[in-house]
Amino acid sequence: MTPQAAGTALTDVAATALADATTGSAARRRQRWLRRYLLPVLGGGVILAWLLAAALAGWITPYAPNTVDVAGRLAAPSLAHWLGTDELGRDVLTRIIYGARTSLTVGFTVVLIGGGLGTLVGAVAAYARGWIEEVMMRATDLMFCFPPIILAMAIAAALGIGTRNTVIAMLVVWWPKFARLARSLVLGQRSLEYVAAARTIGFSPAHILFRQILPNALGPLVVLVTLDLGNAILVFAGLSFLGLGVVPPTPEWGSMVSEGRELVSEWWVATFPGIAILTVVIGFNFVGDGLRDWLDPHARRR
Amino acid sequence: MRYATAEGGHDRVLRYIASRLVIAAAMVLLATLIIFLIANTVPGDPVLTQLGDVAANNPAIVEAYRHKWGLDLPMWDRYWLFLRGLTHGDLGISISSQRPVIEDIAQYAPATIELSTVAFLLSLIFGLPLGVLAAMKRDSWIDHVARAVSLTGVSAPTFWLAFIMLAVFYGWLGWAPGPGQIGADQFPPPDVTGFMLIDAPLAGQWDTFRDALGHLVLPSIVLASATMGLITRTTRAAMLEALSQDYIRVARAKGLLRSAIMLRHALPNALLPVVTLGGLAYAQLLTGTVLTETIFSWPGLGRYTFQSAVILDFPAIMGITLVVAIVYVFVNLIVDVSYAMLDPRVMRR
Repeated sequence: MTPQAAGTALTDVAATALADATTGSAARRRQRWLRRYLLPVLGGGVILAWLLAAALAGWITPYAPNTVDVAGRLAAPSLAHWLGTDELGRDVLTRIIYGARTSLTVGFTVVLIGGGLGTLVGAVAAYARGWIEEVMMRATDLMFCFPPIILAMAIAAALGIGTRNTVIAMLVVWWPKFARLARSLVLGQRSLEYVAAARTIGFSPAHILFRQILPNALGPLVVLVTLDLGNAILVFAGLSFLGLGVVPPTPEWGSMVSEGRELVSEWWVATFPGIAILTVVIGFNFVGDGLRDWLDPHARRR
Repeated sequence: MRYATAEGGHDRVLRYIASRLVIAAAMVLLATLIIFLIANTVPGDPVLTQLGDVAANNPAIVEAYRHKWGLDLPMWDRYWLFLRGLTHGDLGISISSQRPVIEDIAQYAPATIELSTVAFLLSLIFGLPLGVLAAMKRDSWIDHVARAVSLTGVSAPTFWLAFIMLAVFYGWLGWAPGPGQIGADQFPPPDVTGFMLIDAPLAGQWDTFRDALGHLVLPSIVLASATMGLITRTTRAAMLEALSQDYIRVARAKGLLRSAIMLRHALPNALLPVVTLGGLAYAQLLTGTVLTETIFSWPGLGRYTFQSAVILDFPAIMGITLVVAIVYVFVNLIVDVSYAMLDPRVMRR
């Protein structure tokens, strides 16, 4: 090794550290900001747009999602129908916009309820320790033996088709990963001094767990929730695609792709609902990924 | 592999494996119970689904049907029958195919294993280097491209990707063959192992082999897209973690080549989490083929699962779930053991 090489290596480190800590020109700073926050901000924008579209569906589009127009069936994208019409002459764009309601509602319901249940199980297990923890965590491990889609499929098929039943099926398979994460987070916190202090003060275990420990462990849970929203929307769309989700003619993205899967020359029927799913899931993933980088001290730059 | 303590090291590994095996067996048994409870407490009635409206209105037919499939026995008797069958490899008889479930599974498994193995290799071949590169050139354009590509791969709905691939490369460009495992003009090779890619060369049918390879391209790319994204992200994160360690700074201070630092010092340590994820990802691929197989008319377990679930063929569903649970538990076991062998610290905990 040459002294120069060692010197370069060290200056390298020093230079990065310095550049990070302080300045760079305004232009460089902006560039760096853009690079780090472009994707999360973009993702957030996409999600916001979908939320708005879902809320304001009736004001955005002049068509109703289920109006059949046999004369105008399978019309290619045009000024009247921006994304064309499907086999029954329904406006594809309108159905996509109304479909956002179903997908977003299901996504939030599954992840918030499933995540809440899982967090509760994991947090209580970690705080209680002993046999309670054993039983709860073995039950969690057990749920991991079942691949979500197969179990959800079996349950959805058995309960009967319909949005509510599919959501129940998804909830059954959704909580375990939250239980695992919450357990490891609470385990990491419970030996810290503030917990001992809270105990000395005489706070109840429930108060310590829910008001002291959980707020401190919230970061990674929020990341998982964000990333998982996209995942839940994907799984639900997949089940719908298989015919185990919504009851027709409810507009839903997965079942719209399914309706158009044989129509290769009328590509717009299946392509656009798929793009809708893709954008909303990418949106959640970009935001979640950004949040993770931002919350994880390791991933932050030296 | 090196162990922290030479003496008693093997004993420890064996004891570790044995205890894991016992837990694994208990898990599988509990898994059968759970799936049995789900299958039996839900309101869906397989008889009505199977028989159709006319027959279902005739009480005599319904009664005979229930009796034939043991559906008139109390629940626990049925579970006991199922467990007793299990001990000699009997998973019951599929209501729809009228064949033993174990035969159905044995017939459909090779196609799924073939597909998911190819997809797994694809995602490793592309995901690993991309992840390493992204970590080496952190915050450069290549890092951002890798991030965008892998997040898109994770986010794209499988069934939609399959539709687009088929529409573009089969319907429009005509570059790829259509759905199915081999073309309609090919004779399937005599069944030796059940694996198309092994049986065809064994029979000297090289045309069939090439045809089967061609049919694998689209579904394996579709299946690999999500896994590749996961592997890229995990590799990148693990590499960054490894690169922030002190021994890397030492290596740099020694003036080692950057490539040597990356490949000899950082990568082996970064591979640990990738091994864990890789195992789980492979298990997920084996079981995550439902959508892909349904669209590509792939004669595998995924399509069989879907067909059984829709008509509430409970013997089949239970059999598949059991097999899947075994695969999961087994893969997890391998991952844990290999992890313990790669990282001596695990054993000491």
